Amino acid sequence: MKKREEVRTLPEDGLERLIGLVRSRGYCLVGPTLRDGAIVYDEISAVSDLPAGWTDEQEAGRYRVKAREDAAAFGYNLGPHSWKRFLYPPRTQLWQTTPTGEATLQPVGAAARAVQELDFIGGSTTPDRPFAFLGVRACELSAVAIQDRVLMGGAFPDPHYQSRRESALFIAVNCSQAAATCFCVSMGTGPEVTGGFDIVLTELLEDGSPAYLARAGSAAGESLLAQLEHGPASPAELDRSRVQLDQTAGSMRRELAADEVRGLLAANLEHPRWDDVASRCLACTNCTMVCPTCFCSTVEDHTSLDGTATRTRSWDSCFSLDFSYVHGGSVRASTRARYRQWLTHKLSTWHDQFDSSGCVGCGRCIAWCPVGIDLTEEVRAIASEPGDRQETTS
Amino acid sequence: MGGRDRRPKLAVWKFASCDGCQLTLLDCEDELLALGDAVRIAHFPEATRGRLRGPYDLSLVEGSITTKKDVARIAQIRRQSRRLVTIGACATAGGIQALRNFAGQPGLAGQVYPEPAYLDALATSTPIAEHVPVDFELRGCPIDKRQLLEVITAFLAGRRPQVPAYSVCVECKLAGQVCVMVAHGTPCLGPVTQAGCGALCPRFDRGCYGCFGPMETPNTASLASPLAACGLDRGAIVRLYRSFNAAAPAFRDESFRNERD
Repeated sequence: MKKREEVRTLPEDGLERLIGLVRSRGYCLVGPTLRDGAIVYDEISAVSDLPAGWTDEQEAGRYRVKAREDAAAFGYNLGPHSWKRFLYPPRTQLWQTTPTGEATLQPVGAAARAVQELDFIGGSTTPDRPFAFLGVRACELSAVAIQDRVLMGGAFPDPHYQSRRESALFIAVNCSQAAATCFCVSMGTGPEVTGGFDIVLTELLEDGSPAYLARAGSAAGESLLAQLEHGPASPAELDRSRVQLDQTAGSMRRELAADEVRGLLAANLEHPRWDDVASRCLACTNCTMVCPTCFCSTVEDHTSLDGTATRTRSWDSCFSLDFSYVHGGSVRASTRARYRQWLTHKLSTWHDQFDSSGCVGCGRCIAWCPVGIDLTEEVRAIASEPGDRQETTS
Repeated sequence: MGGRDRRPKLAVWKFASCDGCQLTLLDCEDELLALGDAVRIAHFPEATRGRLRGPYDLSLVEGSITTKKDVARIAQIRRQSRRLVTIGACATAGGIQALRNFAGQPGLAGQVYPEPAYLDALATSTPIAEHVPVDFELRGCPIDKRQLLEVITAFLAGRRPQVPAYSVCVECKLAGQVCVMVAHGTPCLGPVTQAGCGALCPRFDRGCYGCFGPMETPNTASLASPLAACGLDRGAIVRLYRSFNAAAPAFRDESFRNERD
């Protein structure tokens, strides 16, 4: 058995065989695929499902897929989906009750109340098949690590998340290019995959055709790579891989002062910029829905005509009024208060709560905001003219 | 429990409308028998000639108020109804017929009817809530079947209906739908429109045209710039807002703003 840290060259059909191997081990393999004019994550079964020859162009409020001049399968950046869609699904049934038999009247004090025997059925916490994720980027692994802390790190781990997370296999890919919306370098989360993976791939192009370097990061990854014939990567390949990562990092146009922003926002809760951004913000929730770390949810009860009652957890957003509704009204009634809540939580109070930033620099919130609000720009505007700290009133 | 029928009495009422929303009740094919078990259909002319006298436990009201007779009739229906829920864009915002509020009714009537003098209609089409207190408003043109069942089952269980007032964008994202505006450049009212349709149009690659009316905090002024970037001029933006929910205040004001500026 080879050393786990060793970088190897996959054979020409290595990726196809890796996909087949993973699937034959019972995983639901999810990876990038071209659909509806975007590169999204969905179940895939072959290399032909990958967006080979496609890339994306992104700007604030704008995303377009574009044909590449080569056949790179991972030559795109990030689409609207993130892995939280699979690890922390948009809707989860928590439990259900069904009535058994007829309701009976039972005395309650001086009155009577209809009482019914109920069957209680807990929602399944495990997926039908464990997930294997293909094409996971460095910033996305950081996002998963953040959700791990949020959803499994405390005294009460979320059983739904935990079972999906702990059974999942991560086949990561080093980024070979950066979108205009990327800023992982300044967040310290990429573009190089450094941990949290089972296998990491590097895609190198030889005359426009992809070739792959692979390295195992876990016993599960090692056992998969062991089944593929391969040799060690050549010094030239390792060199090209390094140059590619350096070029990706060097081409990143956006940045966020990750260290300073925590204190900056905390000291500027009454800055006029919050009014300015509130005038543009649609409170549509898109930024929170595409964010790979946003985890807020709501729990809803539904009843049906046959007497079944269902409790469901759904993604929710701090941009909706109901999210902060307590008796008498919403705590954060203005869009200003809601945008401020989102940004200060993401970049500042997340540190207090979970010991890290809540942002990994993936740039999805910038690209998928219909009006192109760019959090790096908002932070810069506040930093360029910091105001005095005042008591918050809204 | 004796022979007395304790099931709540459901009534369906129609004002100026196309019947599409009350038809949604008949569209509940799989649930219709269970619904018939749970409530007594007391007044629903589209479904049955049988009628039960009031009062009614739950009244579903479709359509807008467009005549003097409507004004008197809705007051009477309110008096007979323990809970009154308005269904659809006509009942909640005045409907497509509220375009008369913008153009002036005599002028429009002359284009449609050879003898408009025979008409006896109000100058405006207005939502039910402008005339009587309404317990709940269910949006849509037409309303969504799942949401209608949600309102009825919530009523039967004595709980609050789960009908969120956030934007259509939430439904797109929950469904994993790619944003048609950001990724395709298709004009879309989703960010300012209330959810409920299940993101029907974006799922078929079309932009939302606002048939569920304004979401809870619609920032229509800010949406004007991406709509313009998608190629809509001011006139097109006015027309986009002036459809089924033309008279909903947020949409009405935005159409005026685009006409004026």
